[in-house]
Amino acid sequence: MPVEVPVEKWAGKVNEVTLGGNGRKSIVIGGETTLPFLKIDGAMPHRPAIAVEVDDVMPADWSPHLIAAWGDALKDPAVWAKKAAEYGADIIVLTLDSAHPERGNTGAAEAKKTVEKVLAAVDLPVIIIGPDVAEKDNEVLIAASSVGRGQRLALGNCVDKNYRSVAAACIADGHVAIAKTPIDINLAKQLNILICDIGLAPDAILMDPTTGGLGYGIEYTYSVMERLRLAALIGDKMTSMPMICDVGEESWRQKEARATSGVPATWGDHQERALAWEGITGVSLLNSGADIVVLQHPRTIALIKDAISKLMA
Amino acid sequence: MALSGIEIYKHLPKTNCKKCGFPTCLAFAMKVSQKAIAITACTDLSETARAALEAASRPPIRLITIGGDSRKVEVGNEVVMFRHEKTFYHPPGLMIKLKDTAPLEATLKTVDEVANLVIDRVGLKLSLDGFAIQNESKDAATFARCVEAVKARADLPLVLMSPDPAAMEAALEKSARSRPLIYAATKDNWEKMAELAKKHSCPLVASEPASLDELSALTQKLNQAGVEDLVLDPGPQGFSASLNTLTQLRRLAVKKSFRPLGFPIITFPAETTGSPEEEVILAGQQIAKYAGIIVLSRFSPATAYPLLTLRLNMYTDPQKPIQMAPGIYPIGTPKPGSPLCVTTNFSLTYFSVATELEASGFPSWLLVCDTEGLSVLTAWAAGKFDAEKIAKSVKAFNVEASISHRSIIIPGRVAVLRGELEEELQGWKIMVGPPEAMEIGSYLKRYWTN
Ligand code: B12
Ligand code: SF4
Repeated sequence: MPVEVPVEKWAGKVNEVTLGGNGRKSIVIGGETTLPFLKIDGAMPHRPAIAVEVDDVMPADWSPHLIAAWGDALKDPAVWAKKAAEYGADIIVLTLDSAHPERGNTGAAEAKKTVEKVLAAVDLPVIIIGPDVAEKDNEVLIAASSVGRGQRLALGNCVDKNYRSVAAACIADGHVAIAKTPIDINLAKQLNILICDIGLAPDAILMDPTTGGLGYGIEYTYSVMERLRLAALIGDKMTSMPMICDVGEESWRQKEARATSGVPATWGDHQERALAWEGITGVSLLNSGADIVVLQHPRTIALIKDAISKLMA
Repeated sequence: MALSGIEIYKHLPKTNCKKCGFPTCLAFAMKVSQKAIAITACTDLSETARAALEAASRPPIRLITIGGDSRKVEVGNEVVMFRHEKTFYHPPGLMIKLKDTAPLEATLKTVDEVANLVIDRVGLKLSLDGFAIQNESKDAATFARCVEAVKARADLPLVLMSPDPAAMEAALEKSARSRPLIYAATKDNWEKMAELAKKHSCPLVASEPASLDELSALTQKLNQAGVEDLVLDPGPQGFSASLNTLTQLRRLAVKKSFRPLGFPIITFPAETTGSPEEEVILAGQQIAKYAGIIVLSRFSPATAYPLLTLRLNMYTDPQKPIQMAPGIYPIGTPKPGSPLCVTTNFSLTYFSVATELEASGFPSWLLVCDTEGLSVLTAWAAGKFDAEKIAKSVKAFNVEASISHRSIIIPGRVAVLRGELEEELQGWKIMVGPPEAMEIGSYLKRYWTN
């Protein structure tokens, strides 16, 4: 009996989203006509990208292993971004954390300066993330949008509370919006529809399905991503946006990666465990449909980059 | 694959003789399809019909048991491609590879370490499953000695790895009662390996890297030789090959009910990777994507823990989160004056908090509210963890009878509940704890005076 392997032919296709350009390096995300890396069914024309997080203030509560790996670069987002580029980042994610009311409450003026500085320091595509407080997000993202006009940045997070202003800025300045919803396929689709309705093109939207780290909800994210991707491949245009996952933050904020003392001996070596936490979270979400993974540790960047190359081979 | 009532009916005598206790054969068939009664209750079922029904109702991926009565690992019997379609049932076995050329002392030290590794997570005990012992020495006696020593030290499930039937025979003599997995039958040695598998009633790996066609030809030969408990080894699989090949195998089994390849799959992530870190990442992929047994080349608790966690996560039923019974839990041996904390009944949340309270040096009371198994913020966002719910739980579980004070510590992530809770719990002091459970110990040291 010869083996006849069933092949899935999908009608749908993940949107191709371009970041960067106009003097800046550009990168195309998405475009799959198959489930992640499954070349037996269709094509994955672009490799998933590695984005590296850079904060505009020194992170207060990071794991000692992250602090040791990045050193003084953590004090200056421009230096940090350059270093991230050297380590192999395809994209820089600049988080304007200092705008958070409890972490500096900086405003549009400071945001402009930081964004200018980071844009000047690296020629990679750049994603800008606000402090995750709706009004402050609006203020600093709109400022960042005008500074980066024409450079096709991605701006996030674009959520149910602020999507109008973020999407409007993207339309005005030629950027991409990151539509973020809490691990729910219907909410994700709904937000994409709302954003498209006010005139942002579908190929200017990335979806952030909200990441649960390993041991802290990864299974929910994993399954919602698989369902979103299956819906896209079946032909649902409003779930066809490429997906971005904050793997680094969600892995490194867990006790397993952060705590230096008071953990059971059965947990083994701290650094090895923490790196595996980020690496395993990353590879799992790549296999469920992540088109961009945001990472934090230089060693994970190298490992995941290599894994992606091998998955694409 | 579950059969429908109609499919079962086709095989019944259709005489409506009622001896099964049902008025008609069709009524009986419907009950069988709902698993309310066994097919054997039909007294007039012919042998051929019984065989046909049995074959048709076999799971698409055969359930394989490795190991003896004390500890065993069961793999296979999966029915879906994606966990959201139903659930993944049988978590892959994670085995540590040992070589019979290593000094026995060192091997036994690893055996102890692996056997003693028990990680508490979410109230569950996570551990590795056993060992794959490789006949690196190519010597039968050395192999048998190593297998015997490992088995005597820890009676965990084993994979015996040798291409040489004589060495395999020697090792099986020492271990067959605990049903090791025999690795492996190839196109060169399959007849002898099949003999051994039958003689010792052990499951057998069919190893054929050339193609799925040839792998399927090999499993059919083994089936014909009378070996039914098989595991597939499609050869060394790097990241891409592993994903593509294992997906094809899963599809053939669950979508096409293709029997010759309807078996769990064994993988060796170290064979295609260049470093221990990379091996772990590939093993992670294989947990998510369709491996049945994963043989790791090296033991390290620091990487075993995250892999065991991923396995637990992927094989959790997506329909129901692991949850706790709501109530008031003593952590340590609290007194009436000990701290009172409140949290949700999502197991992960409960155990994150309980573990920290235990370590804090403050015996405490932990009030667990019924949030239908949702975490703090998820439950809060879903309206299932609010001031009213907390106040009701305080009453329902008669908290005032257990404690002498009137202070309650709420999770920092729901600090916003404080005002309303002050309204709901008149006369109580509402304390806002830290956002992360990790910080509870230092919080109590600073703010708890009693
Ligand atoms: C997994 C997840 C889900 C899963 C559910 C998992 C579960 N069983 O709870 C699913 C996919 C079902 C889900 C659904 C929703 N979710 Co949800 N989810 C998450 C996610 C990724 C992780 C949550 C988790 O498991 N955390 C781990 C546990 C252990 O954390 P925890 O309970 O908070 O406990 C910690 C601390 O609070 C502390 N702690 C706990 N108790 C106590 C007690 C005391 C005294 C102290 C001091 C400390 C303490 O200790 C723990 C460890 O530090 C988070 C985002 C994220 N990355 O964290 C979003 C998140 C919680 N979800 C969110 C939302 C909005 C929802 C939905 C309402 C979306 C929707 N509209 O459908 C639904 C609601 C569910 C419903 N309608 O039934 C939001 C909440 C936003 C907000 N700030 O209010 C979040 C933050 C995502 C986001 N950024 O938007 N979610
Ligand atoms: S015993 Fe068998 S033949 Fe008789 S009614 Fe029941 S199913 Fe039909």
